Amino acid sequence: MVDTKDLRKISDYEWEIPQAYRADMRVPVRIIASRQIIKAVMQDRSLEQAVNSATLPGLVKHVVVMPDMHQGYGFPIGGVAATQYPSGVISPGGIGYDINCGVRLLSSQIPLSQIKNDLDELATTLNYQCPSGVGTKGHIRVNIQELEQVCRQGSGWALKKGFASQTDIERTEEHGCLPGADPSKVSKRAKERGKAQIGTLGAGNHFIEVDLVEQIYDERSARVMGLRIGNIVVQIHCGSRGFGHQICSDYVRELQGAVRRYGIELPDRELVCAPLDSPEGESYLAAMRCAANYAFTNRQVLAHHARKAFELTLADKVSNWHLQQVYDIAHNMGKIETHEIQGKPVKLCVHRKGATRAFGPGFEGLPAEYRPIGQPVLVPGSMGTASWVLVGTELSMQKSFGSCCHGAGRLMSRSKAKKQVWGEDLHKQLTESGIHIRAGSMAGFAEEAPQAYKDVDEVVDVVTGARIAKKVARLKPLVVIKG
Amino acid sequence: MSNLKAGFRELEHTADCELEIWAPNFIDLLEQAALGMNALAGIRLIPGNRVVRKFHFMFNDFEQALVSFLEELLFIADMENLAFDEFEIVVSRNLIDVKAIGSEILADSKEIKAVTYHNLAVISTQSGLCVRVVFDV
Repeated sequence: MVDTKDLRKISDYEWEIPQAYRADMRVPVRIIASRQIIKAVMQDRSLEQAVNSATLPGLVKHVVVMPDMHQGYGFPIGGVAATQYPSGVISPGGIGYDINCGVRLLSSQIPLSQIKNDLDELATTLNYQCPSGVGTKGHIRVNIQELEQVCRQGSGWALKKGFASQTDIERTEEHGCLPGADPSKVSKRAKERGKAQIGTLGAGNHFIEVDLVEQIYDERSARVMGLRIGNIVVQIHCGSRGFGHQICSDYVRELQGAVRRYGIELPDRELVCAPLDSPEGESYLAAMRCAANYAFTNRQVLAHHARKAFELTLADKVSNWHLQQVYDIAHNMGKIETHEIQGKPVKLCVHRKGATRAFGPGFEGLPAEYRPIGQPVLVPGSMGTASWVLVGTELSMQKSFGSCCHGAGRLMSRSKAKKQVWGEDLHKQLTESGIHIRAGSMAGFAEEAPQAYKDVDEVVDVVTGARIAKKVARLKPLVVIKG
Repeated sequence: MSNLKAGFRELEHTADCELEIWAPNFIDLLEQAALGMNALAGIRLIPGNRVVRKFHFMFNDFEQALVSFLEELLFIADMENLAFDEFEIVVSRNLIDVKAIGSEILADSKEIKAVTYHNLAVISTQSGLCVRVVFDV
């Protein structure tokens, strides 16, 4: 187990586990955390998993872990690892089963004061329009040919079907479509699972929230994003559903043999990987991109349903009930990006598992209006607590491969949360605090209790203290829909 | 590990779920793993109307076979809303045949996304076999 004495302090918010810590490490581990957070993460195996991740072939510079880190499987959640392209490896476990799990933020020009009495009806309508829960099927069913179009076109498919606007597409990471997706690399099983789940939320920590813009920290960036104090916004958190889970499962199984074929030694079978230029690595990358595009489409269709819910509930009550897209970002993804390494631009495969891309100002892939301020970074808090809107910085490009935290990060196990919290009590407590809740399962609800997570404000203070992101706005929950 | 010959228990895991499963032999270990996964997901079955599904998969090693078995059950649950509480399992040299008996899922409380290989190792004990499985939830 990693101990505090193994860490080298770089600053109040940055620490390092040197490469010399373990003989099989290929790069050091850089930890973005306060002393308090370091103390908290020592309670689980996050850092040990980060050290394991640092053994992958072809890694560049360092493995980075964010302050919302917690123990996962293989990689820790909150981990960022970049490998040389195409000579390094790609690891499905470094991206996760819920490929392109991510967050979308929609803004409105609706002041809370105008719809305070309509929130309960809004919660009910959102809950009906946006199907949630275990294995749920959506309002949309596609055949295999259409599913393959979703794989190739991502949000572009949603645009053609009338579920998206051009602005939605422009304000989505990678414009909602990773090039190079190849449905022929996706199993029949994954396709079968994917046919009926477009436009569904799922369960676990996935949610839809209506929030209040409670505080603005950066007027200029907030104005560009359409965020105004006192107005309401919507967050959607979900991923690629059974389609992505099946693709990852298929390739983690298939790559068990690949590591033997390529003579790669790993400390954990969940870290299986293949060289990016091998047939196995290329196949996984092409299939993973299909799941990523499916997830962009899923959040786009959910956004369409959320807009419908707003129209049904508020059209006769406010003059402008429309929801504008602020941004949509992934936090479980592997992408080929160019980063500056020792002063030279180098193509890398950046694995982000429970970490958000956070590109600084000037990045060409951003919509023109965001280029001067940097990429919006969406950091949802735990249920019932604040969420944050940040922007990426130039320093994030240098320190963390243009990455930032993705949430508050779990602190307590699900089993312990269930022992300490009664779902019904929590429901009552949050309702009394003015939050309108719709939850599928009380047991699942208890697992997501705020006390099971780190303090999101502290996590955000760390990433802003490390200057990999800047605060723009703090959001307060009003409606929470959970599967 | 309990003194019972076969069983499972949930272990502490920060983000996901982990089960410890034990049994006198590999066939029973598979069965206990399936029952444990049902318990983790909070699955309740509709009484009556029993259904049968048969499937098989390759037997390369204990760990891969265990993951393949549980993945198959997750796939059936997702596609057909079925779960199983009785099993007839036959292991031949490199193939495992399964007859799973169960019914439609009445309710569940947790989505299990996947079965992971994280630190997965079936180990021999004095009373049989034991394994710890981490599930992505």
